[in-house]
Amino acid sequence: MVDATTDSLAIRVRDLSLWYGDFQALFNIDLDVKKGIVTSLIGPSGCGKSTFLRSVNRITERLGYVRTEGQIKVLGENILADDVELIQVRKKIGMVFQRPNPLPLTVRENVLFAWRLVHGKGTKEQTDEIVEQSLQQVLLWDRIKDRLGDVATSLALEEQQKLCIARLLPVQPEVLLMDEPCSALDPAATAAVEELIWKLREQYTIMIVTHNMAQARRASDECVFMLMGKIIEHRPTDEMFLAPEHQETADYIEGRYG
Amino acid sequence: MVKKQKIESGALAQSVNRAWVFDRVAKGIVFIGGISAIVFIISIFIFIFDQGMGFIAEDLKPGEFFGSEIWRPTSESNPTYGILALIAGTASITGLAMLVSVPFSLGAAVFISEFATGRVKEGLKVLIELLAAIPSVVWGFIGLSIMNPLIVQLFDVPIGLNMLNAGIILGLMAAPIMTTIAEDALKAVPDGYREAAEAMGATRWQVIRRVVLPSARNGLGAAILLGVGRAFGETMAVLMASGHAINLPTSPFDSVRALTATIAAELGETARGSTHYEALFTIGIFLLLITLCINLLADLVIRGGWKRRKL
Repeated sequence: MVDATTDSLAIRVRDLSLWYGDFQALFNIDLDVKKGIVTSLIGPSGCGKSTFLRSVNRITERLGYVRTEGQIKVLGENILADDVELIQVRKKIGMVFQRPNPLPLTVRENVLFAWRLVHGKGTKEQTDEIVEQSLQQVLLWDRIKDRLGDVATSLALEEQQKLCIARLLPVQPEVLLMDEPCSALDPAATAAVEELIWKLREQYTIMIVTHNMAQARRASDECVFMLMGKIIEHRPTDEMFLAPEHQETADYIEGRYG
Repeated sequence: MVKKQKIESGALAQSVNRAWVFDRVAKGIVFIGGISAIVFIISIFIFIFDQGMGFIAEDLKPGEFFGSEIWRPTSESNPTYGILALIAGTASITGLAMLVSVPFSLGAAVFISEFATGRVKEGLKVLIELLAAIPSVVWGFIGLSIMNPLIVQLFDVPIGLNMLNAGIILGLMAAPIMTTIAEDALKAVPDGYREAAEAMGATRWQVIRRVVLPSARNGLGAAILLGVGRAFGETMAVLMASGHAINLPTSPFDSVRALTATIAAELGETARGSTHYEALFTIGIFLLLITLCINLLADLVIRGGWKRRKL
């Protein structure tokens, strides 16, 4: 485990277990994620990395038959506590999905969606500024500033995925969760989105699930290897790929299974 | 079974065996089934136009037909064929029916698709399909024997067979099909939209109002239009519940008469080929054209014929 003082932690998970009905998907997860870096989650299919990521903004709960135990502290606050408001959790912790899923609204309305849930309608000047800023941040503004009124699903996939990141920013999240954000994109688009992730890490704490070992290596500071619902290893990415501590990690990284 | 030697000698040639014959016969039957629908529809069109054409060619005075509220086809001295009151009757009943059924059926569809789960969901769907299977004469009976005294009692009006009665009955009749189609439309909204919105902190209601309903709007529009078509063409229940009085209605408590009910009530009493008979068929043509338009419109809407790139 990587040592860190509590202040520099963005996410602190203690003894987290999760069940889908009778099936236990996560077993007593303990994890500390540092602020302002990219942490990647790797592991074979079904190891629980997506489930873990999704439980951090409690989107797992929409299935209805999911039960969670333990503690997930995001910036000191346990988001699994009973008195926590979901909108506050999800405002603080944004989520990007595997397939770009912009809402069937205009580009502009997509960027403003989350913001409007929190702040209401807003004035024209306010919203114009938010849209421009957010799209600037994801390096889209120059490319699509003339298409703000178009339906978001008419954009290219890469632009859609960047838009999906941009729409999280107006509510000033602390953490961005990304569930294989590049798996639907071609290599050029993947590179562009990775570059963006790398740029955003100065401002946000980012956790990214990936199937792509090379991506984890390229685009993350720390790496977590999961297997069968447990965390096997969590170390700086360079070290992990150079000299993994556990045999399972080494086998997975070398592509002997997964 | 085909013997091994046969396969070798026959190479790839198609052998005439039972499977081949069955295949051909089945294909033929399915083809006849498919083509028959078109044949029937065309035949019906030809028949109705043929029967009504005589009136349109000789006796029709468009101004009177569409502009007069006097429908007096049996008058000895001065037969008048004005369907304005009938159009008003049909339109008012249909409008009222939509007021009743649109909120009900859209509400039901949203509940089934977005809130209900498991048994409740399945149960409700079966129940609504059952509701659609109630014969219209039974609805008419309900209008006649339950709604009629109820309306008289509640609103203190002399007669309960009126626009309100027929509108409510028709609304309930149109609701199941609207619910089913609207629910299909909501089900077709990709779950990724809901997930995305929920992940941004939207509540269920916000997800429905801001994401699900807007993206299902074509399907919902089609559901409403098909409901209108259903209400528009309904005959028996309307005949029984509306009071069947020729009248330009001024309030929901006025008895009215629908186009469809007029045909149903009068056609059996006319001499084949008489002007009255042909006038009824002309009403039929009019009805047919309108329902055709409604259905075409619904089809266009469901395909997103008006889909715009710019919202």
